[in-house]
Amino acid sequence: MSAIFDERIRKVAAEPEVQRKVYAATGRLMEHRRHAVTETALPDYQELRAHAHELKKHTLEHLDHYLEQFAASVERNGGRVIFCDTGDEVEDFLIKLAGQRGARLLVKSKSMTSEEIDLNERLERHQLEAVETDLGEFIVQMTGERPYHIVAPAMHLSRYDVADLFTAKLGAPREEVIEEQTMIARRVLREKFLKADIGISGANFLVADSGAVVLVENEGNARLTTSAPRVHVAVAGIEKLIPRAQDLAVFLKLLGRSATGQALTSYSSILSGPRREGELDGPEEFYVVLLDGGRSRLLADADKRQSLFCIRCGACLNHCPVYRKIGGHSFPWVYSGPIGAIITPQFMGPFHEPGLPFASTLCGECAEVCPVKIDIPKILLELRAEVKEAETRAGANRLERLAFQVWAWAMTHPAVYEMGGLMAAAALAGQGGYVKELPGLINIGPVKAWASQRDVPAPAAQSFRDWWRQRRGGRA
Amino acid sequence: MNRERVLANVRRALGREPGQAIAPLPEPRIRIAQTALEDRLRTMRAAIARLTGKFYEAASPRDACRYVAEQLNGAEAVASNAPFLAECGITALPNVRAGWTDPAALREACARAPFGITCADFALADTATVVLLTSREESRLPSLLPPCHLAVIPRERILSGLDELLAREPLPVDSRSAMVLITGPSRTGDIEQILVRGVHGPGEIHLVVV
Ligand code: SF4
Repeated sequence: MSAIFDERIRKVAAEPEVQRKVYAATGRLMEHRRHAVTETALPDYQELRAHAHELKKHTLEHLDHYLEQFAASVERNGGRVIFCDTGDEVEDFLIKLAGQRGARLLVKSKSMTSEEIDLNERLERHQLEAVETDLGEFIVQMTGERPYHIVAPAMHLSRYDVADLFTAKLGAPREEVIEEQTMIARRVLREKFLKADIGISGANFLVADSGAVVLVENEGNARLTTSAPRVHVAVAGIEKLIPRAQDLAVFLKLLGRSATGQALTSYSSILSGPRREGELDGPEEFYVVLLDGGRSRLLADADKRQSLFCIRCGACLNHCPVYRKIGGHSFPWVYSGPIGAIITPQFMGPFHEPGLPFASTLCGECAEVCPVKIDIPKILLELRAEVKEAETRAGANRLERLAFQVWAWAMTHPAVYEMGGLMAAAALAGQGGYVKELPGLINIGPVKAWASQRDVPAPAAQSFRDWWRQRRGGRA
Repeated sequence: MNRERVLANVRRALGREPGQAIAPLPEPRIRIAQTALEDRLRTMRAAIARLTGKFYEAASPRDACRYVAEQLNGAEAVASNAPFLAECGITALPNVRAGWTDPAALREACARAPFGITCADFALADTATVVLLTSREESRLPSLLPPCHLAVIPRERILSGLDELLAREPLPVDSRSAMVLITGPSRTGDIEQILVRGVHGPGEIHLVVV
């Protein structure tokens, strides 16, 4: 476990107030979900989960096909698809677009993909104002934090924190009533929506046969983001594809119920792009930015590929005893909880936070509640093994380097080299051509680690240097 | 080009060739409950009540118009271009503006009006959802910007649920830019999980079944 991870966990442990809030909030979300998936509320729940899993599996196994189909559908409807390998490429595209359209103000609705690449910071570096419009995101943008939870970004803050923030950042008179605070945000953001030049959304799903972006939300900020400004850009990971609009019959039912216990969220928008002939509103331009950003690397592992099935419902976070204890900001990257624990090491490498796959009790709750049936505990175990393996390898490498340095030093100090060689030869004589085990005297520390992976050829009984000296001596 | 690079990386990861055929796709999972209209109405009424929306079953188009007038109580409203609203006489009510042709005028009116009146293309009984298909007749903003949304629903358009909708509209956004499903008022729980309605969209919704 890294010192930062440790430090963050200690910090939360010292904040009983935050712990209490997170525990209560996740508990309530658990309750809502539980009621929404009972035998009476949703008799075919298990069947839907199995179907969702199959659909995601199929789509990812043939992702190139569905990406091509999606791009063709978007373009048929008059939109454009931009494929990006990295956050830099997303930034380049958006900066160019904003420049060409003379845009200054961008409104954003929740997009974890854009969090992944720190899109707001990137836009701000170019003097563009990017405003988060989901209430929770709006709040955490003001505190300069990452979202605490995929579904409830400001879960860790109280109405008093919000009152402080609104007074400090918006210059609003102090207001501690939550309804009134919400109305302040409504007024401030409404103005932004109507003035914004570009709306940036994420995507809950990308529908290949329709070329559509699907947005699921409760507030209406995603609808405003994608309807009010002249330009709509959706930024999403390539794994968000589903084959058909009809598959929404499975996914929409599972997503709302798993996230907040709603049969359907307040708004589901299926958007296929620029306003058509005769339509009176909606964007005039429509772009879908598809980010790889490490996903194709994950795809290569047929076993762990299922990590990309995630529909970001947040249920695994709410049900995770570790998340509920250490909270969202202890996690090392934008994704927290069990899903964060399995995708962070795969995106960022095992050393980003080696302790992460171990921060789990393997109780299995996450897999139990996951609407797309990702086997999170199994992946955690595999990742643990990978961390251990990587550590051994890196450890061995470190020691090998050290051993090499010792050798190099000895080489440049002939007397020492000679002594080492004599000792080794004496010790190894008679063990055959290869040495399985080094004599105790030198089989310590770096040499031991290095040799444990290798058979060391035994040195000749007489070293070159001895031979040379003898010859020279014989001649002399 | 980035596109080719990303696709090539994906193919390499999956061990696929460009244009390689795909395995058969699982059939869509569509299950339509056969229910009588009366049952659907009952389900819808209960579902919208749980969401704190209002439900009114109008005896006739005239009755629907009367209900709408009563709600407006003289306040300004933006009505969509749907012919059914005109048939009900709603667009002829005082202070109801309709017959939109200019996008800027529509947007400006929606930003000001306290009421937005739409005509649902479909409704889903089990979740009390209003379905709006963007077109010349229905725009996106009248159901979004005003604080109160009155959705008029001709009763024959009430479907059992999402599955029936997607069976009828397998490609819902092929000939239009958007399909929006509206289930209850706009809401948030982002501060201390206290439910607040009307955060960005309408805080009040009425389903007026004709
Ligand atoms: S891993 Fe499953 S439970 Fe967790 S957020 Fe993703 S879909 Fe939801």
